[in-house]
This record gives sequence, structure tokens and C-alpha cells, in this order.
Amino acid sequence: MLDLYSPGHSPIHKLSPGVKILAMMVGGTGLFLVENLGIVAVALAAVIALYKIAGLSATQVWNQIRPVLWILIFFLGLQWWLAGASVAVFVVLRLATLLLLAGLVTLTTRASDMIESLTSGLRFLRPLGVNPAKVGLAISLALRFIPVLAQITTEVREAQKARGMEHSIVAVAMPVAIRMLKMADDISDAIDARGYRP
Amino acid sequence: MIDIQNVTLAYADRVILRDISLELSERRIAIIGANGSGKSSFARLLNGLVMPTKGDVLVDGLNTRTHGKDVRQKVGFVFQNPDNQIVFPVVEEDLAFGMKNLKFSKEDIAQKTTDILSRYNMLDMREHPAHLLSGGQKQLLAISGVLVMEPTYVVLDEPTTLLDLRNKRRITHAINALEQTVILASHDLDLLTDFDRVIVFDDGRIAIDDVPSVAIPHYIKLMS
Ligand SMILES: Nc1ncnc2c1ncn2[C@@H]1O[C@H](COP(=O)(O)OP(=O)(O)OP(=O)(O)O)[C@@H](O)[C@H]1O
Ligand SMILES: [Mg+2]
Repeated sequence: MLDLYSPGHSPIHKLSPGVKILAMMVGGTGLFLVENLGIVAVALAAVIALYKIAGLSATQVWNQIRPVLWILIFFLGLQWWLAGASVAVFVVLRLATLLLLAGLVTLTTRASDMIESLTSGLRFLRPLGVNPAKVGLAISLALRFIPVLAQITTEVREAQKARGMEHSIVAVAMPVAIRMLKMADDISDAIDARGYRP
Repeated sequence: MIDIQNVTLAYADRVILRDISLELSERRIAIIGANGSGKSSFARLLNGLVMPTKGDVLVDGLNTRTHGKDVRQKVGFVFQNPDNQIVFPVVEEDLAFGMKNLKFSKEDIAQKTTDILSRYNMLDMREHPAHLLSGGQKQLLAISGVLVMEPTYVVLDEPTTLLDLRNKRRITHAINALEQTVILASHDLDLLTDFDRVIVFDDGRIAIDDVPSVAIPHYIKLMS
């Protein structure tokens, strides 16, 4: 989910991240206020149209839904059982619309732009001792290193398997933690070396 | 010139470098030595990542103790593991990081990004997630991230050890083409034949300091 940004030059890409996030929040809240299946269906169609405007493919629409498909199906079943078919369809469509809306923002907004607007949005916390630039750097680092962490975990797990340790969480967690600590050391040196002054 | 004046470096009470004095003014300088002989520690002294326990390091007259920020701009540093020195998720964001720290303008940042990526044939990677690059491309990105800060010196600590042969060649080529003064710590002796000067560390001291044709055979003998 981290290389979600899909480069492009559509009007949606060009909108400022703050506007997009705000629009998403307003739209999302709006969706929760309506109780009408027809409106939700129209909203869903509108969001899919926005994907089209952003130059995104049907696959990318599907990719937003696929990871949570089972949860949606579960909700559908549950609601069907509790409240009947029309409510179930309504609830699930609404949820899918929200997911697609959030996905649209991440697909069309670069992490750095998102972080930049977040950083300026957090300025009001400065008097409380929060340094928005540091928060921004921390988020960037998290985005950058989650895939690295995933890769390290795979490597360690494979190394353990090669030595016959199949399912020990401790056997995986310990070496991963140690490598992460060493890595954190290196990263902080690298940040230092590139002239970062908070 | 980088001037190392009577530098001793110790971690707790373990002495790593003993009373070293050197003037580094050649364009291509290599640091070699056994594992644990202090090459990385020495390299880190040069841009103020590590401070000497005794003595001083002066970069063009600036003391690393008092002029940390200026020294960091003059002395770029490339680490062994490219993965740990790319700090932003997307290629161009990472390149911008050092330049933003130096307060370059937005236009300047965009221009330098284009220039450096085209130098290394990576222009179409501009908006790529960094973690999807190959090992060689990651190291090129790391080197690029340093070069856009326009350093006078580039210190590299084993920049090719984690790379396959093909990527090693690519990085070697990139290093040879640098116009900056290069100080390279390496176990890879093939890299050093065209260097002006090779300094061999042994047990915290300088064992040999000479041209490659003299220093390298001496080092090989020392190791056997
Ligand atoms: N932060 C530290 N704290 C304590 N000891 C350290 C620290 N960094 C390095 N050392 C020790 O200093 C010695 C020299 O390490 P250094 O990394 O400089 O050697 P090196 O020549 O680069 O080795 P290699 O060829 O393995 O990279 C080693 O014995 C190491 O354990
Ligand atoms: Mg080393």
C-alpha cells in the first residue's frame, strides 16, 4: 500500500493536498448523513468517474477494494442477516465508496506533498512543543522503511526456515529487531550527513 | 585540503585510532585495512559524524568540532548500505532532502534533480518508489543525493561491497568520473589502481602511505 501514488498530470493530481483531504472529509461525512441507497449509488458512480478523470484504470479501482474484499463480504452477510438485503447493500456500498475516495486521494497525492501540507497543518501545535518538520520527517521515514522492514522480515524468516525453524515468532522477531536497531543507527547517521538540522 | 592533526579516537577506553596526522590533498585517496582496523571510524571523522577524542580535523580550515554544518556540506558521505541512506519513499523526494536542508530554492532543486538523474540515466525513475530500485540504482541514488549538495569532497565507505559485479562496475565508473576529491574506504583493491594515494590502516595506526603500486603489494604481504 506504500507505493500507492500513481504519477500523473490530471486536474485531480494538481489539486492541493489540503483541498483533497478536506474534500474527502466533507464527502465522507456527507455519505454518513444520507440514508438513501440511490444517493450512495450515485456517489459511488461519481467517485469511479473521478478515478477516470485522474487517468486511473479499472484495475486500480479494484486494487483499492481487493485487500478488504473479505471484510466487505463479511459485513454484507452480517447486515443481511441482521437487517435485511437492502440495508446490507447500502452499508457495503457506502463503505466501498469511502474506501475508493480515500484511495483516490492517496493515488493522486505524493507522500511528500501530503506530508508538507500536514506539516503546515500542524503549525498550530508548535506552542505545545511539537516540531511539525520533525513529525513530517518521521512520517516519511515510516513510509520509506516499512517496505524495508517487510523485506528484512522475509529474509530472516527464510534464513530461519533454512535452518529448520518453521514457526517461531521469537526466532524471527529477535534478529529482525536487532537489524532494525542497527539500521536505525545508520539511518540517523545518514540523515546527519546530509545536513539535517531540526 | 583536509588536515588531520594528532587525532586519537577512542570508544569508551578502547583506542581505535592512535595519534594520526595526515594532510589529504590528492584527488583520489584510498583507505584500506583489515576488518576493524578503523577505516569507517576514520572516514566518519572527516565530515564530523564522529569527533576525535584528541586532536582536530580541519576541512579547508574549518574545524569539524565548531563548523559541523559547513563541513557536512563540503564533505559528502556515501555509506555502505544504500538502503539505509535513502530516507524518503520516492526518488525525487530523497534527492530533495539534502538540498532542502541547504535551503536551495524550489526551482534550483527541480533543476539539479533533473541534471543528476539524467547523468545516471535514471530520469524515468524520478517518481519511482525508492525501494523498487535495484541495488546499483539505489547506490547511484545515494551518491546522487550527496552530489546535489555540491560537496568539494566525497567520502565513500565501501560503496560497492553489497553489489553484484555489474552494479559494482557501474558504481566504480561513477566514482571514477566524479570531479570532486574522492576519499574511498574499500576492501576492493581492483578499485584503487588508478588512485593517487593509498593509506593502509593497521591496528589504529598508519602502516603504509604511498602510491598504489607500492602500498597495495605491501598490504597484501601484511595480510598474509
Ligand atoms: N560506535 C562504536 N562504539 C564502540 N566501538 C565501535 C564503534 N564503532 C566502531 N567501533 C569499533 O571500532 C573498531 C574499528 O571499527 P571500524 O568500523 O572503524 O573498522 P573498519 O576498518 O571500518 O572495519 P570493516 O572493514 O569491518 O568495515 C572496531 O573494533 C569496532 O568494533
Ligand atoms: Mg567499515
